[in-house]
Amino acid sequence: MAETGTFRVKRGLAEMLKGGVIMDVVTPEEARVAEDAGAVAVMALERVPADIRRDGGVARMSDPSMITEIQGAVSIPVMAKARIGHFAEAQVLQALEIDYVDESEVLTPADEANHIDKQAFEVPFVCGATDLGEALRRIGEGAAMIRSKGEAGTGNIVEAVRHLREIVGGIKRLGTLRAEELAGEAKRLRAPIDVVEEVARTGWLPVPLFCAGGIATPADAALTMQLGAEGNFVGSGIFKSSDPQRMARAIVEATTHFADPERVAAASRGLGAAMRGDDIAELATQGELLQQRGT
Amino acid sequence: MSADDAAVPPQREGRRLRVGVLASQGGFAAHARMLGELGAEALEVRTPGAFADLDALVIPGGESTTISKAIERDGLAPAIRAHVAGGRPILGTCAGMIVCDREHLGLIDATVRRNAFGRQIASFETDLELAGIGPDSLRAVFIRAPWIESHGGEVEVLATVDGHPVAIRDGRVLACSFHPELTDDLRVHALLMAIATAAREERAGAEAAAGEDRGGQG
Repeated sequence: MAETGTFRVKRGLAEMLKGGVIMDVVTPEEARVAEDAGAVAVMALERVPADIRRDGGVARMSDPSMITEIQGAVSIPVMAKARIGHFAEAQVLQALEIDYVDESEVLTPADEANHIDKQAFEVPFVCGATDLGEALRRIGEGAAMIRSKGEAGTGNIVEAVRHLREIVGGIKRLGTLRAEELAGEAKRLRAPIDVVEEVARTGWLPVPLFCAGGIATPADAALTMQLGAEGNFVGSGIFKSSDPQRMARAIVEATTHFADPERVAAASRGLGAAMRGDDIAELATQGELLQQRGT
Repeated sequence: MSADDAAVPPQREGRRLRVGVLASQGGFAAHARMLGELGAEALEVRTPGAFADLDALVIPGGESTTISKAIERDGLAPAIRAHVAGGRPILGTCAGMIVCDREHLGLIDATVRRNAFGRQIASFETDLELAGIGPDSLRAVFIRAPWIESHGGEVEVLATVDGHPVAIRDGRVLACSFHPELTDDLRVHALLMAIATAAREERAGAEAAAGEDRGGQG
């Protein structure tokens, strides 16, 4: 009997995105540039994170007509963002037959206490995390893919590096614990015990782990892959660079050949200016960091 | 081919089978793990030089546009064609099936329709009977899956869904719309390895015969 929306089917698409780059796009033209450059998927949104950060105000799900236009422009999967906890936005995205919903801290959270019950949906979800506990809480809620939060829209990789190290280091630590120590660790991580036990047993998350939040160059992409990311989300880093087409291709190439510095060097040549980028400490003095939303 | 092919032990005497998994993008790690469980030496291949001396090749699922562009960018097509021309088998799954079709590498006499079952919301898993792996059905996971739109007379259809071919064999190329690597069922990979073992023995036989010919002349 054919079954849709199973966890295996949801996770399956994330498995197929591994080793690839998912690019933020705001128009059908940008979506085509991304597809031509070899993106494995596009994230359809109205403003890239750098602009959301600059503009302020409430950031919401994109206009469905804009999402539909992007779906019409490309044949690769199309993702879109819903606000944290805003299950009605997620229902709309599912009705639009979006391929993956990103319950994202880049948008203004709709619920300060609860995330979306992702198991209630047929469409799969990706969620951000800053450490292992957060990743496992999201998986417990039904996320079929995890990405680092990083600090979106900054072009600064430092936060994504911290988050990847936290998550991967946390996984390694679980592997060193004795069986009777796992319940205490689950409590410390504030994560479901069954997911904690699974990670301790298998040595990896039960879903793919991608990097997001701050990738701006091919070397950034190679760095995150070497730190354990299984693929990359690039938001502002492509269409805020001086030559998006070439930057997109180069980041795709570096994500495949991340372990070959000569290939990464070749891909990095003459790309023009990467996005300008922000200092995180400076941003922190101006207010809340996006990564602190919905933990 | 017969149903007995999959029952041939993949490991005979001699060195382990070397099976490459195209690792430009996609679900290559899961394929490598399954091949390892079957006793093969699984190698991730990303560059033309890495294809030398493989007994079989897997082209995994992923995004077919991404994988096609990587094959072009990295100059892999001649190496893949040489692999097939040398009588060595290939397994292409999902995007890997698309990459093998007439409009891409031309390794199967078939045209594949991308995303034929629809977007992710239509992705599904089902029990499937597959010729060549024995009578028990296989749990097949279809992710934004393609199907075979048309194929030549020499192509053997191994499985269908709603009348559409979703697994075929054309010579030594196996191609399927679904993802055997997303389950624990090793039979599709065992089939590939059985074909690879037979092909290797054939090559060894041909080399021995050539050696005897040379000996006769001396």
